[in-house]
Amino acid sequence: MIRHALLVILLSVSALANAAIDTYEFKDDATRERFQSLAAELRCPKCQNQNIADSNSPIAEDLRNELHRMLEEGADDQQVIDFMVGRYGEFVLYRPRMTEQTYLLWYGPAGLLVIGVVVVLLVSGKRKKAEPGKPKANLSDAEKQKLDQLLKQEQTK
Amino acid sequence: MRRLIVIFPLVLFVALGLFLWNGIGKNTESIPSPLIGKAVPEFSLSDLLDEQQIITAADLKGRPALLNVWATWCPTCKAEHAQLNRMVQNEGVTIYGVNYKDDREKAKIWLDNYRNPYAVNIYDPEGKLGLNLGVYGAPETFLLDAQGVIRYKHIGAIDERVWNDLRERMKLLEVN
Repeated sequence: MIRHALLVILLSVSALANAAIDTYEFKDDATRERFQSLAAELRCPKCQNQNIADSNSPIAEDLRNELHRMLEEGADDQQVIDFMVGRYGEFVLYRPRMTEQTYLLWYGPAGLLVIGVVVVLLVSGKRKKAEPGKPKANLSDAEKQKLDQLLKQEQTK
Repeated sequence: MRRLIVIFPLVLFVALGLFLWNGIGKNTESIPSPLIGKAVPEFSLSDLLDEQQIITAADLKGRPALLNVWATWCPTCKAEHAQLNRMVQNEGVTIYGVNYKDDREKAKIWLDNYRNPYAVNIYDPEGKLGLNLGVYGAPETFLLDAQGVIRYKHIGAIDERVWNDLRERMKLLEVN
């Protein structure tokens, strides 16, 4: 009995805790979903390893309020992103935009992989050409003669 | 030729390593402001000391100045306050204040107790101006030129070392 009562108390406490976090009201479910996905993609400027949905810092709360206000007023995602970037810089985007400054970031890994593959192919190609057993074709006539001479000397010994 | 090809990834690796090494130990707390080179955003807020008096961005023009974002709840602001007082008293620097997400009465008492270095104080209780300035933690200090354009931003307390740097930047603005 006591155990049950305790369980009920614990469950009701956690329900209260959840209610304290999510107090925003939305005009429809689509807006709620956009709010959640945008809040998850915007970085908190103060606590840089958290997005504004997770962070409890006052600035994250302000930005959540601003995000909610903008979405309720009918702003589209791009307007929200531009608003945030205009004030806090590219930094607030967890997914950096494709600009001249971020080409290296976006294409760098693929570029490095390509370079690696090219180098491996070139090196292994050279190796194949130099496989043992096959006669070397790049001796001059004088060298061939010298080689033959040497081989003969070896045999006559 | 072949040796070059083999060495190339190594060179690339070393270059990348140096680039990343260079980033180690850099202050990641202060993020570059996209507002550098732009005018102070428009606002219309009351004077902290005089509720009837409305201040706008136009009031910040005229000469190079510092715009200091502060609050009584901010311990670092307390730490830099004496420095601000010294700068105004000894060198006649113009400092505008933005009282950020604070309580008017508390802020008045604070200025009475610790002296008031600000030429004027903008009362921004909801942090609207702060948000438009990209403020994410007080204290933050903006360097404005005579046209009210933001030229530089310092995040964190102003101490003697920071002021030496800011003073140089201000002098450059005065010359131009």
